[in-house]
Amino acid sequence: MHDFELHAPDSIHEAVEILAEHGGSTRVLAGGTALTTMVKQSLVRPDHIVSLHRVPGWSHVARLGPEINIGMLATHRAIETSPLIREHAPLLADTYAQVATVRIRSMATVGGGIAHGDPAQDPLPTLLALNARVRLLSATGERQVPVGDLFRDFFDTDIGPDELLIEVQVPAQPHDLEGVYLKFLPRSEDDYATVGVAALARVERGRFQEARVALGAVGPVPLRATAVEQALQGRKADAATVRKAAELVGDLVDPVDDARGSADYKRDMAVVFTRRALEQVAGIPR
Amino acid sequence: MTTEPRSVNVRLTVNGTPREAAVPVYRTLVDLLRYDLGLTGTKEACGVGVCGACTVVVNGNLTASCITLAFKADGATVETVEGMARDGELHPLQASFIEHGGFQCGACTPGQLVAAKALLDSNPEPTEDEVRRWMSGNLCRCTGYAQILDAIVKATAAREA
Repeated sequence: MHDFELHAPDSIHEAVEILAEHGGSTRVLAGGTALTTMVKQSLVRPDHIVSLHRVPGWSHVARLGPEINIGMLATHRAIETSPLIREHAPLLADTYAQVATVRIRSMATVGGGIAHGDPAQDPLPTLLALNARVRLLSATGERQVPVGDLFRDFFDTDIGPDELLIEVQVPAQPHDLEGVYLKFLPRSEDDYATVGVAALARVERGRFQEARVALGAVGPVPLRATAVEQALQGRKADAATVRKAAELVGDLVDPVDDARGSADYKRDMAVVFTRRALEQVAGIPR
Repeated sequence: MTTEPRSVNVRLTVNGTPREAAVPVYRTLVDLLRYDLGLTGTKEACGVGVCGACTVVVNGNLTASCITLAFKADGATVETVEGMARDGELHPLQASFIEHGGFQCGACTPGQLVAAKALLDSNPEPTEDEVRRWMSGNLCRCTGYAQILDAIVKATAAREA
């Protein structure tokens, strides 16, 4: 592995000062599951690494009014096992529980998993569907960005080289909004998704009062399927409506051929898993 | 241009014993354990966090030591397979792996044991399904997994007896 200058700040403010000074040649290290692997394989060669292992706190999971705030250093495992998340955003707990293996979930952080910008990360569609935001801190100030506006391309985000993702803010999942994250795993339990679909729905008097759908692993960025949502809004919650709406996904996705399936196969499976997810949250028998 | 790699001092407690090593900043935890501290029980196989051979416990958390930079373990408590046997007495899981043939070549076994111990430490009576899910991150190319599953489930039963 190549040499780099190590910075181990004692606070987030010290961390962003270092980012302001060294910017583009710097990578932030949290859990390390993604960055260490990429550095080992020479996929990235940062001159500076800012490791957050000495930063106290910022692993909180707290409820603040209608929102849940998650510190950047909370692990995937902490979200999976948090009673507060289980009560106020069960879809988030169910989704984080499906990432990789318990070993990786015990290391990987919520902030790192988002900032990594890999469109195959399971939590991203769920965070999109829950309308989550992130707080980005820099030496000159702070801004908040909806997760839906954060991703630009494969591994490319709107997070500036001088910015640190410090917190995720997730609106609580209303108790009458049923949610599911379906991960298609044709190979093995610990794999990345071939396609991943997050869906939420509220059905009243047999009609969709609300529906939200987002997908991962189907293109350069995680995707909110608003066309599908609009096709469901106010419509009868039956198999025919869901089938027709799910078919719209085929035109929205832009998957790549890889070991997890051809682009054509993933496009077809995106439709199938969107339909299944919607059937499940709307209580439509298959 | 520096010719010497940048060095960092790492102090940690391994299996209850304080240890210290000066290592390059890019040293991984598995290499620190094996080459700086001589604890060769922990193996590196895939090198990218997937296979589980390098599994150790850091501050109570399951960790892939092949994708953990050693400096992150400064001040940490680390448990490896060498810490499982006590006073010459095998850990019940180790005994169960022997009894039920939970290994063949043995390369994955230290990681299997450390992962299984972490499961039983946090969940002393796991269901078979919970064992399967928890252990899904530890690959074995010899046994076909049935014996490993058997060894862990029977160790659970032995504990309860």
